[in-house]
Amino acid sequence: MWDPIWITVKLAFITTVILLVLGTPVGWWLARSKVWWKEGVAAIVALPIVLPPTVMGFYLLIALGPDSPIGQITTALFGRALPFTFAGLVVGSVIYSMPFVIQPIRNAFEAIGDRPLEVAATLRASRLDSFFSVALPMARPGLLTGAVLGFAHTVGEFGVILMIGGNIPGETKVLSVAIYDHVEALEWGQAHILSAGLLVFSFLVILSMMILEKKLGRRLR
Amino acid sequence: MMDFSDNGIVAKFSGPLDQFDLTVEFKLPARGVTALFGRSGCGKTTVLRYLAGLSQADNGYLSVKGQVWQDDDHFLPTYKRPVGFVFQDASLFPHLSVLENLLFGQKRAGTRSDIVPIDDLVDLLGLKELLDRSTHHLSGGERQRVAIGRALLSGPELLLMDEPLAALDRFSKNEIIPYLDRLFKTLDIPMIFVSHDTEEVERLADHMILMDRGKIVTTGQLSDVLSDPSLFIAEGPKTSSVLDVEVISFSEADRITEVQALGGSLQIPGELGGVGSTHRISIAATDVSLAQGKPSETTILNVVPARILDIHLLDGARCNLLLSVGHQEQVGAKFLARITQRSLRKFDFHVGQNIYAQVKSVSMIGGTLRS
Repeated sequence: MWDPIWITVKLAFITTVILLVLGTPVGWWLARSKVWWKEGVAAIVALPIVLPPTVMGFYLLIALGPDSPIGQITTALFGRALPFTFAGLVVGSVIYSMPFVIQPIRNAFEAIGDRPLEVAATLRASRLDSFFSVALPMARPGLLTGAVLGFAHTVGEFGVILMIGGNIPGETKVLSVAIYDHVEALEWGQAHILSAGLLVFSFLVILSMMILEKKLGRRLR
Repeated sequence: MMDFSDNGIVAKFSGPLDQFDLTVEFKLPARGVTALFGRSGCGKTTVLRYLAGLSQADNGYLSVKGQVWQDDDHFLPTYKRPVGFVFQDASLFPHLSVLENLLFGQKRAGTRSDIVPIDDLVDLLGLKELLDRSTHHLSGGERQRVAIGRALLSGPELLLMDEPLAALDRFSKNEIIPYLDRLFKTLDIPMIFVSHDTEEVERLADHMILMDRGKIVTTGQLSDVLSDPSLFIAEGPKTSSVLDVEVISFSEADRITEVQALGGSLQIPGELGGVGSTHRISIAATDVSLAQGKPSETTILNVVPARILDIHLLDGARCNLLLSVGHQEQVGAKFLARITQRSLRKFDFHVGQNIYAQVKSVSMIGGTLRS
């Protein structure tokens, strides 16, 4: 019972951290760049929203499998391919939850506009300096939204995990898969507990996000 | 005239605007307040952005106090230019307190930051009560004062302001102008501000760059530009001239101050200031009428001997006359008179003629002038 919860939380946390680190520069670039092919990149980032998880899982399975170039590299480095490992789940989750983190960050950076950065430049702040001292703090509500959405979305992941993670207890068996197993085995009581827990969790996530956003938004206006 | 011995500001820019191309070239002294004046959309703000390096002119040259900020090979990025920039809306950082906003530039300015000590600046701008506050509940005038303070604490060698008062209502404007006035007199930093409001310019500027449709029409001392009858700004209904005057006496009995302008004296109701203090006054062109001989019976206080220097016919019934105080050969303080063309013909006024100007009212602008 506790194994899947622990694995899920760990997976969601690691995924969120990776996505914040990767997503912030990408969101910044999407918000500020003026190159014409920018929206193409934005579309690729948004693709997981519409792509069926099984399709994504299938391609990931192939891309990460032992016969693929990536699989050969990971095999050479770590002795095994990524599918059916926790690391494989992290890779899948990062791609699966990417739009839910990057989109709010991009929106937040866009909402700042040019002016605060121009002001920072006239006050002797270099571009890097203004990014950290002006853009990031002003985009805080967007970063928070992205983190919460990324975390929650990873917790609810099912299709991709089933395709690339299988169902290994203690390693890749996450909550949603555990619920599926309990239902298959007609263990309704267990399924109820986990499902109700996720229901409450989801409600709290949305509620706290709305409250936080309102609070931060007011402070930054 | 203007002094370039210390290599003031030398600028030459060209670049596209929405409806026409911008081509400007000007030199300014390294001290004093310059108004970049013109109608909305004539390119004033663009020039200011070029000066700050916020936009890059296609073809530009800029040097400030002998240091080249832009030429064919170099473009110093904004953050390396010692400029202070005040935007039309204060653009305070919302995530920082008033004090943190003020210190943002100072922290990054290094050794130059002590050009204006922070305590003096807080006093000058009346910011003491605001320091610990967040920026969210400040009034428009307070926000703009913080923005000006923030720009000055970054140790600028040149202060640029883009219509710093335009976003304010009349009440906030009246609140902030005395602060600006004091600041301009106290600090020895050249300042350029963009404006389309004559009152603001009359009050604050020493020099003026007059722009129209992306070109510079003229550059010069404020009083010279404002009293040039050939310029389009002399055609407006509110056209007025500014004169810098010195108090010579004050009569307690009827509370009239006598002031000295170049070439003659004027009498102004009320007590202007101590003897010897200098002030800037404004005379509306429509408040000046002309007489061939000295009128003996009139209630008008100021009947000034003057000489006609120029006559400029306007569209319609009226014309502008450029007058110089005094009947002597040498040119005195210059001001404009607006009369009808019918009167011009009836009295056969002509250039070089000595006449008497009746000045119906004189208004004082701002406080004491810089010495």
